[in-house]
Amino acid sequence: MKPRQKRAVYIVVAIAAVGLAVGLVLNALKDNVSLYFTPTQVYNKEAPQDRSFRIGGLVEEGSIQREKDGLTVHFMITDLKQKLPVIYKGILPDLFKEGKGVVAQGKMEADGVMHASEVLAKHDENYMPPEAADALKKAKAADTAPAAK
Amino acid sequence: MIPELGHFSLIVALCLAIVLGVLPILGAARNNSVFMGVARPLAYGQFVFVSLAFASLAYAFMSNDFSVLYVAEHSNSQLPGQYRFAAIWGGHEGSLLLWALFLSVWTAAVAAFSRHLPEEMVARVLGVMGLISVGFILFMLFTSSPFARLLPAAADGRDLNPLLQDPGLVIHPPMLYMGYVGFSVAYAFAISALLGGKLDATWARWSRTWTTVAWVFMTIGIALGSGWAYYELGWGGWWFWDPVENASFMPWLLGTALIHSLAVTEKRGAFKSWTVLLAIGAFSLSLLGTFLVRSGVLTSVHSFAADPKRGIFILSFLVLVIGISLLLFAWRAPKVGLGGKFDMLSRESLLLSNNVLLSVASASVFIGTLYPLFMDALGYGKLSVGAPYFEAVFVPLMIPMVLLMGLGPLARWKKMSVPDLTQRVKWAFGSALVLALLLPLLMGKFLSLESNKWSPMIVVGLLMAFWIIATLVVSLRQRWAGEGAFMHRVRKQSLSYYGMQLAHLGVALFIIGVTLVKGYETERDVRMNVGDTVMAGGYEFRFNGVTETQGANFVAGVGHVVVSRDGKLQGELLPEKRQYNVSGMPLTEAAIQTGIFRDLYVSLGEAIPESDGAWAVRVYIKPFIDWIWAGCLLMALGGILAVSDRRYRIHKKAGLPSSVNRFSQEQAS
Repeated sequence: MKPRQKRAVYIVVAIAAVGLAVGLVLNALKDNVSLYFTPTQVYNKEAPQDRSFRIGGLVEEGSIQREKDGLTVHFMITDLKQKLPVIYKGILPDLFKEGKGVVAQGKMEADGVMHASEVLAKHDENYMPPEAADALKKAKAADTAPAAK
Repeated sequence: MIPELGHFSLIVALCLAIVLGVLPILGAARNNSVFMGVARPLAYGQFVFVSLAFASLAYAFMSNDFSVLYVAEHSNSQLPGQYRFAAIWGGHEGSLLLWALFLSVWTAAVAAFSRHLPEEMVARVLGVMGLISVGFILFMLFTSSPFARLLPAAADGRDLNPLLQDPGLVIHPPMLYMGYVGFSVAYAFAISALLGGKLDATWARWSRTWTTVAWVFMTIGIALGSGWAYYELGWGGWWFWDPVENASFMPWLLGTALIHSLAVTEKRGAFKSWTVLLAIGAFSLSLLGTFLVRSGVLTSVHSFAADPKRGIFILSFLVLVIGISLLLFAWRAPKVGLGGKFDMLSRESLLLSNNVLLSVASASVFIGTLYPLFMDALGYGKLSVGAPYFEAVFVPLMIPMVLLMGLGPLARWKKMSVPDLTQRVKWAFGSALVLALLLPLLMGKFLSLESNKWSPMIVVGLLMAFWIIATLVVSLRQRWAGEGAFMHRVRKQSLSYYGMQLAHLGVALFIIGVTLVKGYETERDVRMNVGDTVMAGGYEFRFNGVTETQGANFVAGVGHVVVSRDGKLQGELLPEKRQYNVSGMPLTEAAIQTGIFRDLYVSLGEAIPESDGAWAVRVYIKPFIDWIWAGCLLMALGGILAVSDRRYRIHKKAGLPSSVNRFSQEQAS
């Protein structure tokens, strides 16, 4: 093969490889990105109905209820303005507690309850998941904004 | 007094680093041997003073000096001694100090083991490392000094995060940091080659040893971190594609590409510019990793307080390092040249393909890790990229890589004959394929599952692993063929060859572990009353209740779970639910019985209220999971074997071809 043809082959192979990689990345991103919403946004019907998303806030005081099987847990996630019922089956993280920050990932079902596939709690006493902190901040800002007018 | 001494030592080290970063590089450019000559003493001096600073902080921790803010935040008088020491790197400031300490260790090591290098090369390498050190020490002094005082002093400390009170944390970060910082040597070598405009086989050989050693540390560090997550986080997972894990995985991938590319540069003089670019990339990702993890930009177990001043410093430092390196590359790379020619089908081209695949894999991890950050910064809201993304991108990239990886060691340099190669590997491929198709049919019985599970992913995974092993056998047979005593032929092969094959075998074991644990693991979350039994994967778990016990700085409920199989006792597992005295933080400590073919894993959920001592219990059977870490260990051992090859021993006289040196060494011994 002539050097020029050889170079052409290299370039075509390189473009094909990069194209393949970009395709893989975009395809995987499309399916596996979960957007994050606050309880207020969910209340305002901004969250998607048919796909999984994340929600952050605090576990409302007194809202944790366990079913008899010991594994199914009902609780409310609140940003102190709105709240959303969540149901989760499984073992919760060590730091899942009432009044503390939490992030849940799952789908809204027709019963208006989020069926969580994953529940994350903060890793230590000083740390709040950024999504939970953000939800509280937004709810607070929304509260004070009308008053400032 | 001692903390002030540490702070002062750090300032002295900074001054030495500044001089180290300026004079020797200037000297190399002007051919001034006095300026170049100061590099070594300065490197040693810097090491002494950073060590002093580190020792001061260690003293503050060991003597419970809670007038030091950092100590008060991360330690407690109840904390056992070894964790008080490990708490030095339990937070942001101390981690940076550890980083700086290792940087000065590597710098001093380069100074000590470079007698055979040309003077201007040593000057440039040490100079570049000095400049990196300047950046780090400045960052510490201006934004995150671990020696800041707390007045009035706290009565007692806030305690180390219980998750971090574990033998794993005593060694995982230092290993990982040795790896991260070790890539700075490869980087410094690359920059000095650009500055000097000379990049030849001897350069590659020097650089190779350092890079491989750094890579070994990093491999062990990542494996330890993964093992720690497995037994400490209580979810039984070994890799979560967590941003922090990714931060260490990205430089590892590029570092892996780099050691292969360096091999080609040394042996064939090819891939020169590419090697330099990889060295720059690997170190840039190491820096990014360090900062991502410790700055609080990403949130996970590892990250600490966020502070905008730090963020700006980090960003500027990164932009400076990457920007200057790339500018230098654009300016000087044409001088270094591309290197030797090779055919489109040759060992070089196979290695190049795998280099590209590793780099693309690294880039895809990069995108997934930083995408949420960019989107948030651009105001598109918060989102998260889950583990399925990484699996969907990473696995398809690794399949061709592993196929080529089997071929590489068999292919000829410069030009290979495809029919010849096909002839040599067709049996290897055939037997790997047959085994991969049949083995899953036996797995069900072997692991006593309810049914045989046969899925395409399991077959593909096993095929990859067996392919590596089969081609390895072909390669060994080829190398060992010939006349004379067998042991002589075995010994005739170089250690670096055996190192390479051992590391590749490690990859095969790793793939077997990942494939089988993913394909055959059993997981049960159950409510268990005292005396209840649950079956999982052919094992019977009997829950005998929870008793209370007192630890060094915690109280724990200890679950008693007796495991038996076909009526035969396998042992008792004692998972714990701890409550730490100072922080009040609960922690699940899983109980694991390890085995070659399976781990039994039990962890306690929570006590079920209004019941008679019932608990939520998590029971796992993890087949072959320890093969994952065994694989990593073999990779690291392979690296160690490769650098102990006598070609890389320190030569007294620079510039001699390696064969001459080898000859003279053999004469001597």
